[in-house]
Amino acid sequence: MAEVATARTYRLHLMVCAGTGCVSNHAFELKTALEREIEKHKLENEVTVVPTGCNGFCERGPILVVQPGNVFYQQLSVKDVPHLVEEHFLKGRPVAKFMYFPPEEKTPVPVLSDIPFFKKQVLVALRNRGLIDPEKIEEAIARDGYKALAKALTEMSPEAIISEIARSGLRGRGGAGFPTGLKWQLVRNAVSPNGGAKYVVCNGDEGDPGAFMDRSILEADPHAVIEGMVIGAKAIGAAAGFVYVRNEYPLAVNRLAVALEQARAFGLLGRDILGTGFDFDIRIKRGAGAFVCGEETALIASIEGRLGEPRPRPPYPAQSGLWGKPTCINNVETWANVPVIIDRGSAWFAGIGTATSKGTKVFSLVGKINNTGLVEVPMGITLREIISDIGGGIPGGKAFKAVQTGGPSGGCIPKEQIDLPIDYESLAAAGSMMGSGGMVVMDEDTCMVDVARYFLSFTQDESCGKCTPCREGTKAMLDVLTRITEGKGVPDDIALLEDLASAIKDTALCGLGKTAPNPVLTTLRYFRDEYETHIRDRKCPAHVCRQLNIYAIDPRLCLDKGKGCDVCRRNCASEAISGSKGEAHAVLQDKCIKCGVCADVCAFGAVRVE
Amino acid sequence: MDQRISEIVAKYGTDPGSVIAILQDVQEELHYLPRAALERVAGDLSVPLSRVLSLATFYKAFSLKPKGRHPVHVCLGTACHVRGAQLVLEKFERELDIKTGETSPDRAFSLDAVRCVGCCGLAPVVMVGEEVHGKISPAKVAGLVKKYRK
Ligand SMILES: Cc1cc2nc3c(=O)[nH]c(=O)nc-3n(C[C@H](O)[C@H](O)[C@H](O)COP(=O)(O)O)c2cc1C
Ligand code: FES
Repeated sequence: MAEVATARTYRLHLMVCAGTGCVSNHAFELKTALEREIEKHKLENEVTVVPTGCNGFCERGPILVVQPGNVFYQQLSVKDVPHLVEEHFLKGRPVAKFMYFPPEEKTPVPVLSDIPFFKKQVLVALRNRGLIDPEKIEEAIARDGYKALAKALTEMSPEAIISEIARSGLRGRGGAGFPTGLKWQLVRNAVSPNGGAKYVVCNGDEGDPGAFMDRSILEADPHAVIEGMVIGAKAIGAAAGFVYVRNEYPLAVNRLAVALEQARAFGLLGRDILGTGFDFDIRIKRGAGAFVCGEETALIASIEGRLGEPRPRPPYPAQSGLWGKPTCINNVETWANVPVIIDRGSAWFAGIGTATSKGTKVFSLVGKINNTGLVEVPMGITLREIISDIGGGIPGGKAFKAVQTGGPSGGCIPKEQIDLPIDYESLAAAGSMMGSGGMVVMDEDTCMVDVARYFLSFTQDESCGKCTPCREGTKAMLDVLTRITEGKGVPDDIALLEDLASAIKDTALCGLGKTAPNPVLTTLRYFRDEYETHIRDRKCPAHVCRQLNIYAIDPRLCLDKGKGCDVCRRNCASEAISGSKGEAHAVLQDKCIKCGVCADVCAFGAVRVE
Repeated sequence: MDQRISEIVAKYGTDPGSVIAILQDVQEELHYLPRAALERVAGDLSVPLSRVLSLATFYKAFSLKPKGRHPVHVCLGTACHVRGAQLVLEKFERELDIKTGETSPDRAFSLDAVRCVGCCGLAPVVMVGEEVHGKISPAKVAGLVKKYRK
C-alpha cells in the first residue's frame, strides 16, 4: 500500500462546501477568493482551503466551516471574503454577521453542532460529510477509511462478514428494506452457471424526484461506497462490480471516477487487494434518464446495454442477475453503511434505532420547510422532531399539512400523525413507505389532489409500457385526476379511482406499477374532503388548481398602491384585462384563461385569487 | 462527424453492450443524435439500426431533435413542483416564445422539463447547460434568459 502523504499541519482548515447546491451558489468563486485573500495576507502556510462534499444545510449555502472549532459561516459572498479573512483568520476574531441566526433571534449560533438543524442528527452513512476533500483518498484514510476493508480481507472469513452484517440488522436503503445480510447470504449460496462469476452492483439511479441522498453520498464520500462494495464482494465471492449512476449527476460520476483511480493506485482495488490475493474491480455505468431503471431487473438490463425494462421475479437477481449470474444489488446508502458496521461492530450499529429498523436513515428534507437540506437521523425519530426541530418549521407562518415520503411509490402522511416514529413498519402502516429517503413537506397552500395528480403524471410518464395495467391503468387514473382538478369531476370518480388503484396494484408487473396508486390512495384516505370539494363545489381550497380559481383585481389596491401600473394587462396572455395606465384595472371573466400570470406579475398584491 | 463517432466507438471497443454509453458520448458531443450518427454507431458495432433506435428513443437522456446552444431544463421534481415550478416553466415558454420540448428558431435555446436534478434543497431549480440555478421564481426568468442571450 502506498505511503499516506503526511499532510502539512495547518493552523486552520477552511472547509468550503462544494456540493451541487453550494456550487450553484458560487462556492468555487468563494474558494478562489478565499485563496487569493489568504495569499495576500501571506497566510498560505497557516490556513488552507478544502472543498468538501455536501454539508447538508443547502438552504444556507454557500457554506464555510472553520476547523478546528467547527465555526459555521453561511450565505457568504465573494465580497465578504476580505473582511472575514482579516478579522477571523488573521486577527482571530470570528465574525458574527456571517453566522447562523435562528429565526427572530439576535444572537448567532457560532458552532455547527449547536445549530438546531445539526443537533439531532446522527452521522453514520454521512460520517465524513464536510470533513474531507472527496478527491483526496488520504483524507478518507485519515478518517479510518479502508480500515474495515483491511479487517474484512485479512481477519474475517466471508461467513464472518455476512454474519456481522446480518446481526447489525442493516436493511436496504433503496426502498423495500430487505435485510442486507440475508441478501448477501443468498448470493453467496447461489451457484453460478458453469462455475462462472458473481457480481455486486451499487444502485445509484436515485429516481425519486425530490431526493438527493445518494447523490450527496457519492459526491461527499465516494470511498465509503467503494469500501463497502469491496467488503461485499469478498463476502459473496464476486470478482467485478458496477456502480450505476444517474445521468443527471455529472459531479458524482467525476468524483467516483477519481476515487476509483486513487483506490487502485493505493492497492485497495484491482488485482491482489492489499496483497491478500483477492481480485476485484469496479466500473461506472451511467444511467440514461429512465426512472424505471432504478428497479433492479431493469437496471440489470440497462447495464447489459438493453432497454431498461423490468422482468418478472423470481428469479431474483441473487439467483440470476447480470448476464444470468448471481448478483447482489444494494443501494448507495446501504453500501456506505457497511464499512462502519465492520469497523465498529454489529452491536454498536444495532444499538441505534428501533427493534426492527436499525441504524440511521438519510432524508432529503425539502418542500415547504425552513431548513431545507440533507439530514441523517436515527431510526425511530418522530416526524415532529424532523419537521419542527431540525427543519425549523414551515416558512411564512403557514400551517403544516402533510409530509410525503417514498416518492412516487409512497404516500402523504397527514399532520394528525406528526408523532409517528420513522421506521419501515410505521411508515407502511400509515400507507406510505420509507422509500429511498425523499421527504417533501407540504403546507396549507398545497393541494392534495394536485399532488396525487402530479405523481400519477410522473408514473404515467415513466411507465416503460411493457405491462398493460401500468401503461393503461395509470393513464386512466391520471385522466380522472386531471378532470377533477379542472372542475369536471363527477361524484363516481372517487370510487372509480379506488377500483382502478386496486386493479393496478394486483396485476402490474413491477414495483413501479404496483405502487403507483399509493399517492392517490393515501390522499383519498386522509384528504378525501379535498377531493369532494373539488368535485362537488368546483373549488380548490388551496387555490392551486388554476382552472377552479377566479382571478379578480382589487381596484383600490391597484390604484392606491400600484397607480394603475398596467403591468398585468401587458402580460395577460388572453387580453382579458381592461383598463389603461393610471386607471384601476379589472379582469374580464369571460375572456380569462386562468393562467395566473396577472397574480404573478402584480407587485402590489392587487390580484386576488378566489 | 463520422470520424469523431468512430473515435468514440473505438474507445469502448466493439462490445454491443456499450451502445448506451456510446450514444451518451455522441449526444454530449453533438447535443442530439442525428440519424446519420445512429447509422454509423450501428454500422461500427454491427448491431441492427432498429436496436440502436429503440435505445435512443427509450432513454430520456437522448434527443433525436437538435437542442439549443443553451439547453434550459426546468425541474418539475416533487420539491420543485410544490414550490411552484410549473409557473416557472410557463414563464420560460412565454419569455422564449417556444413550447416545452421545442428549440428556438435561432437555436439559441431549447426548453425541456426534467424530474429532479438532485438540488431539491434550492427548489425551484433550473439548469441552463451544466449550470444549476436555485430558488428561481417567475420574476427571475427574464433576467436569466438575458444573461445567456448575450
Ligand atoms: C420503480 C422502482 C424504482 C426504484 N428505484 C430505485 C432507486 O432509484 N435506487 C435504489 O437504490 N433502489 C431503487 N429501487 C429498488 C431496487 O429495485 C432494489 O430493491 C434496491 O436497489 C436494492 O437495494 P437495497 O436492498 O440496498 O435497498 C426501485 C424499485 C422500483 C420498483
Ligand atoms: S425536485 Fe427539483 S431538484 Fe429535486
